[in-house]
This record gives sequence, structure tokens and C-alpha cells, in this order.
Amino acid sequence: MADAVLFEFLHTEMVAELWARRPDPSPGGQKTSLSVLEGMGFRVGQALGERLPQDTLAFREELDALKFLCKDVWVAVFQKQMDGLRTNHQGTYVLQDNDFPLLVRMASGLQYLEEAPKFLAFTCGLLRGTLNTLGIKSLVTASVAALPACKFQVVIQRA
Amino acid sequence: MAVCVAVIAKENYPLYIRSVPTENELKFHYMVHTSLDVVDEKISALGKALVDQRELYLGLLYPTEDHKVYGYVTNSKVKFVMVVDASNTALRDNEIRSMFRKLHNSYTDVMCNPFYNPGDRIQSRAFDSMVTSMMIQVC
Repeated sequence: MADAVLFEFLHTEMVAELWARRPDPSPGGQKTSLSVLEGMGFRVGQALGERLPQDTLAFREELDALKFLCKDVWVAVFQKQMDGLRTNHQGTYVLQDNDFPLLVRMASGLQYLEEAPKFLAFTCGLLRGTLNTLGIKSLVTASVAALPACKFQVVIQRA
Repeated sequence: MAVCVAVIAKENYPLYIRSVPTENELKFHYMVHTSLDVVDEKISALGKALVDQRELYLGLLYPTEDHKVYGYVTNSKVKFVMVVDASNTALRDNEIRSMFRKLHNSYTDVMCNPFYNPGDRIQSRAFDSMVTSMMIQVC
């Protein structure tokens, strides 16, 4: 079961590397690093979105695609399912994970709350990329109330 | 053995199209283009019917006098279209299905290649050689 930690270590190093090289500590510089991480997650998500549903039958509607995200994609990447999925049926979905593997090693509570968004950017991109391959344009943001629980908000962009 | 293989993106432009008798290429391009309408019809028709979930393999799209056209759609709405010689009656459904499965696997490999930008024309040599192995040997 060493495979799960390999990704965690790689991810931690990615975040650390991007922040170490950043010469510009202002909020503008931080946004660039966050969008680099999100972009990486996006490309990975696009490839995942092609490979994972390879043998499943076609999705009939958006909710099926979101359920696929919560179950199959989360299990493939983090070896567990998403803890909760809520929707307002108008294109906004909130995915809740009470024990997010990339945050679980950091703290349990309110410590390091400001650092948490850096570790969620890649995953937001991953969700957006997978949805993009499945034909759904979306905007994904993450919020943390208390580590290691976090929420991902997916807003579907309708043209 | 296929005579022409095409990979068409979600927005209906070709990502990869190759036919074997290279003189009549335009005819095959036209056939693939017209088959896109049939593909769209099949995708939307099954959505309205009470069929639970649609299969990825679409089957025979339409037969002409010399050729038969088969289709397959992935979950990401990328379409594979294959034209085979109608005189080749030995070609059975499961052979076509397995050819599409190989195409799908190779396409997924292309997608996972970090040097490939989704939406570009496919230039991978590995994909090319896989398609060559599926095409008919003419000369």
C-alpha cells in the first residue's frame, strides 16, 4: 500500500517547490503559483477523465458524472470515497470530504488554516479537468473550515 | 480490416483521419463527415428513450454499396468512425468491437501523453502504427 503515500509526497514537494522559488511574496505572486498548481491538476484531470470511465457506459446526466467523480475518481486517487455530495439542482454542487488525505497529515483543527488552500489547488484543477473531458465546463473552488475536512464547490458554467 | 479510420473530437472536427487507398481520400473524408450526422442521431435518440444507459459501441451506422461504416463514442464524446469493405463478409461484430477497443485504448494513451495538448491533431507514431496494423494490406 505504499502507492498512496507516493502521490502524497510528490504533491507536498510540488507545493513546497513552487513556494520556495517564488521571488515575489505579494498576493499577485501567490496567485500565480496557485494557478500553476491548478493548471497541472487540470491536465492530469483531463487524462484521468479519459482513462477512468473507459469501460463504463455513457453518463445520462450531470449528476451521474458528479457521482462518478465522488466515487470512482476519488477512490482511484485517494483510495476513499467522497463523504458527501450536495446540490441545489441549479448547477452548484458541494463535495464534502471529512478526512482529506492531503491535509490529514498536517493538523487536526484550526492550526495551519492559512496554508491549507495551497494544498487544495491541485485537487481543484483535477476535478475541473475531469469534468472538462466529460463535457462539463465548471469552476471549482475549495474551502477549509477545520483541517482535515474540506469542501469543494463546483459551479457548472452554462453558456 | 479497415479501409479508413477516423477520430473525431467532441466539437466535430477531425483529430486523426487515415485511409488506405490513398487516391480516393476525399471520398472517405466525405463518408466520415456524413456519418457524423448518424452518430449524433444515435446519441440523442437513446437519450430520450427509456434505455438506462447507452453503450459506447454504436454498431453499423449505414451501409453503402461498397462500404460499411461503423461508429463508437467514448464518454468524452470523442467519436471513432471506421469504414470497412462491404465485400469482406468474414468480418464479424466482435472483431469490429475489439478493433474499437484497441482504438480507445490507444487514444487514452495519447491523451495521457504530457506532450499532447488535448484538441490538437494526433501525431503519435505509436497510434499510427496501431492503426496501420488494423488497416487492410493493399499492395
